[in-house]
Parts: sequence; C-alpha cells; structure tokens
Amino acid sequence: MAGVAGSVASRAGGASKVRRVTRDPAWARALLMMLALGFVGLFVVAPLAVVFSEAVRGGLGPFVAAVAHPETWSAIKLSLLVVVLAVPLNIVFGVAAAWAIARFEFRGKGALITLIDLPFAVSPVVSGMIFVLLFGGHGLLGPYLRPMGIKVIFALPGIVLATAFVTFPFVARELIPFWQARGSQDEEAAQVLGAGPWTTLFRVSLPTAKYALLYGVVLSTARALGEFGAVSVVSGHIRGRTNTLPLHVEILYGEYQFQAAFAVASLFALMGIATLGAKWALERKMAADHER
Amino acid sequence: MGALGAALGAGCSAKGDPNEILNVSFDPTRELYAEYNALFAAHWAALGNPTPKVVQSHGGSGKQARAVIDGIDADVVTLALGYDIDVLAERRLVARGWRERLPDRSAPFTSAIVFLVRGGNPKSIRDWDDLARGDVAVITPNPKTSGGARWNYLAAWGYELRRSGGDEAKAQAFVEVMFRRVPVLDSGARAATTTFVERKIGDVLIAWESEAMLAAKKLSAGSVEIVTPPTSIAAEPPVAVVDAIVDYRGTRGLAEAYLQRLWEDDAQRLGAKHFYRPRGAGAAPEGMFRSIELFTIDEIGGGWQQAQPKHFADGGIFDRIYEDR
Repeated sequence: MAGVAGSVASRAGGASKVRRVTRDPAWARALLMMLALGFVGLFVVAPLAVVFSEAVRGGLGPFVAAVAHPETWSAIKLSLLVVVLAVPLNIVFGVAAAWAIARFEFRGKGALITLIDLPFAVSPVVSGMIFVLLFGGHGLLGPYLRPMGIKVIFALPGIVLATAFVTFPFVARELIPFWQARGSQDEEAAQVLGAGPWTTLFRVSLPTAKYALLYGVVLSTARALGEFGAVSVVSGHIRGRTNTLPLHVEILYGEYQFQAAFAVASLFALMGIATLGAKWALERKMAADHER
Repeated sequence: MGALGAALGAGCSAKGDPNEILNVSFDPTRELYAEYNALFAAHWAALGNPTPKVVQSHGGSGKQARAVIDGIDADVVTLALGYDIDVLAERRLVARGWRERLPDRSAPFTSAIVFLVRGGNPKSIRDWDDLARGDVAVITPNPKTSGGARWNYLAAWGYELRRSGGDEAKAQAFVEVMFRRVPVLDSGARAATTTFVERKIGDVLIAWESEAMLAAKKLSAGSVEIVTPPTSIAAEPPVAVVDAIVDYRGTRGLAEAYLQRLWEDDAQRLGAKHFYRPRGAGAAPEGMFRSIELFTIDEIGGGWQQAQPKHFADGGIFDRIYEDR
C-alpha cells in the first residue's frame, strides 16, 4: 500500500523521514526540540495546569458542589444528548457523501467536496445565524412550523442541527481519502462474487474503513461537546433547559463563580484528554493495519 | 433521520407547562432574579396555587429582545432599557401601552450610572469631566450592543448637555473625547467589568451602580472603589408581560402576578440587597446608596423613541464619533 495519499499516510509516517532528521547537526535538533517543547508547555500544558489548579483552589468541597449542581447536571445531560443525536447524523451523512465521492464520477463532485468543508470555512456564529434565519419567528420556515407546535431554535432540535452542521465535515473528511487511496478492487471482488451494493457497503467497505470512521467519530464527538459559537446563537440560554456545557462554563464565569467555572472546565479538559487517548489508540490501530 | 425525528419530537413541547414561566432578562440581574423567583414561588403557592417554576435566560438586553422576536417563549421580559421592549411592541408581541400597565413607568428598581476606579483612586476621578482627561483610560461596553452601555453614554451626554445649558454640539464633542479614551469596547456590561477588574485594563469603568457595588463586593476588597459623581442619569430597567406568548401559552395570570409582586416591600428589599435602588422608601438600609442628583432620559432627549435613532442607529451620533477615532 505504498504511495497512499491523504491523511492516513501522513499519520502513519514513513521511517525514512526519521533517518534524515538525525543527520542534521545536534544544535539544530536541540533548538527545534526546545522550540516545540516550549510551545507545547506554554500553550497546552500550562493552561491545562491552570484549569485544574483553579478548579480545586478553594478545596474539593466547592469543586464537588459545582459539578453536582443541578444546572451543571442538566448541562452535561443536554451536551451528551446533543452528541448522541448529532454524531449519528454525521455518520449517515459522512458515509453517504464519502461513498459517493470516492466511488463515483458525477457532475458537481468538486462542488460537493468544497461544500463539505463549508462548516470549517464559516464562523460558527454564522452557522448559528443560518438556523435563526431559517427557523426563527420571522425566518423562512419558522412562521409555518410555529402553528404546528414545532419549536426548532431555542430548543433541542436547533442545538442538534447547529452542532451537526459544524461537525459534519469530520466523518466525510476521514473516509474520502481512505476509500480513494484503497481503490475499489475489494468491492469489485465482492460484486463479482454476487454481493449487492448494500452487502458490499456493510460487509466490505465499512469494515475496512472502520478505524478511519471511528477517527472521524471521535473528532466530531469532541467538537460537538465543545461547540460554543453556533450553539450560543440558537440556544436562548435558558437555564436548566438549553444551556450546554460550554455555555454553562461561560455563565458561571460571568457570575464571578470562578472556581465553579474552572471545575466544570476541568471536566472538559478530562474529556479532551480522553479524546486524545482514543485518537492515539486509533492511530496505532490504523498504523498496525497499514503494515499488514 | 430517525434521530432528527426524535429530536423534533422532544423539542415540540408546544405550549409547555402552564405553571412554568420564562423570564428573559439582561445580564446583571442574575443574582436578583435567582432570589426573587424563590420568593415569588413561595408567595404564589401560599395563595393556594400549585408551586410555579420560573426559568431564567440572561444575556445582553438587545440580544435578548432579538431572541424574543426570533421566537424564544418569553412570558415576561425584564430588560435594561425601554427601547428593547418598544421593539417588541412594534412587532406586536407586547401591547403598545406597556409602560403604563405597571407603576413607575414599569421599572420596579432604578440604578445610577457611577464610576469604578482602582483602589485609592490614583487618578483622582471625581466627576464626568475627569473622564475626558488625556491621562485617563475609560472602560465602557459598546452602546450598539449593550443596553447598559447606552445609559453610560447618555449619562455622559446628559452631563455635558446640562452643564452647557443645552448645547448639543458641546455634548457631542464631550462624548467623542471620552470614547477616544476607551481602549477596549466590550459587547456587554459583564464583559466590560471583567476587562476592568480581572484584566486590569483602564483607569475607570463606567457602570451601573448595582454592577459596580457587586463587583466591589465580590472581588478582592480594596482593589477597586466606587466613585459617585455629583450628577448622573437614572437607569430605569423596565419589565413587561409578553402578551403574544402568555395568551398563546395560557400563563397571563401567573406572569402578571410575577411582575406586580416586584413592587411589594419584600421584593423591593431584595432589589436593594442586590444593589438596585428601590422605589419604595425605606426598602434600602440608611446610607446604602449615596445621594446623587439624577436626571432621566426624558429630560435630556425626549425618551428612548428619540434617543435610540439619534444616537445609536446605524449612522447615528455614536457611529460618527467612533469612526473618527
């Protein structure tokens, strides 16, 4: 599988590159390493340490009180519910889009690839505004939905839609290069042996891409949990109802409850670390798969 | 798509619980309404009603009004300035004569616009003209986005207008010089307070007295102090029932009682506790609020209906002075 393009190959990393670096002079290597470590220390480790130390500054009691507060719990539950609803949407969309792009030639394919990246290109605030303009009381669809008793923005559906919108590139972005690089010989073989398109997808294409898919799911989960801008626009900030975890952190901070804000933020930091762990494990799996 | 269906199902609790109301409020009333809601719930239950639940949403006043227009189900709004409720009245969400439905032009409490300075007042800031001095950096939020900041702006404008005997050119020149001293124009009042107190930017924060007293109390003692200028504007944050919503949800009785009760003695005392100047005499402890000569927005520019387009609309006076920076 040499010469594989895309993100999978660059992560798997060729051994040849490592040898080249060792030929550089020692001072250059030391300087580069100091720079990289210094940067990571200053911008990643130090803030993380601050978050945790501020979280327990006034003792463990206030920390537990902040985390166990009913509004914190409702924020945690809402954030998890949003992930549980938005991420499957992304999986369905991401697999469909990646499949279409990797396997077929059609007019507008270039445009579709570009459009998938749109949520990365526009500010999350704008993403939120899109849904307000669509579903707001004076929006395009809002006035028709309201008499039917359907509330989208300032309620769960709006938060799920906004989250799905900002996270939808992740799954597709992981699958497209993987399937493109792999070629279609396995699928052709499956079809020659009499498998229909669905069987081919579920028994051949998806199992081979399982780590790429999982990788996309991990990234999109992390982003869905942490999304602030788009959700802030459509949430309405109703306490105990439409406040997600990131919005709750901001509220606590704005109420001068600094320790509580950092306590809840430290939950985020833990989730971030768990995400990194999952990402690392998946990368190893993918690299191992590659060797075979 | 099944997931989306489930999400839609969960969100379409159309009219919701008639025993629950949503109070859409501006930023610095969080602590006040957290306590008042408990007080009101006990009172309402004591009258033989089921215990009500009051849910809160807080944000910048203009942003909150926008959310009501966009469809948030606010049974009552408690905002920073009358103009933000006028906007709702224009959209027929609130009845036109909303101001006259409750006492005191529908503002249960007032506040004064005062200064928060560094401990010991090192720049010896005493009155509004000190804010136009070359060595003083002023922190105030953006009046385009923050209702609270519009009061700040109008306080400065009113000060110079009254001092010059009604010379608008002088008033404009004064606010222009003052805004030239603003290094950070935050979008909301709380953010501006954080900029001044936590990030330690600027020499003076123009703030509502309630916000200044809260910051002085919550944050390290002695690091900031309040300076009350001899004259200032009376900020009147009004409240109103959102007629379109309460009639749709069937919550009018509860919502009206919720707002009327704000004028009762115990609620007024609660207002004073959270540093708002109560309407009722004797609700605040003696000497809690320093005496200050307060003028109203009606006295310096004919109310919000005139002040808003003149100063804060696109291309208004604020835009012109800020662009020239």
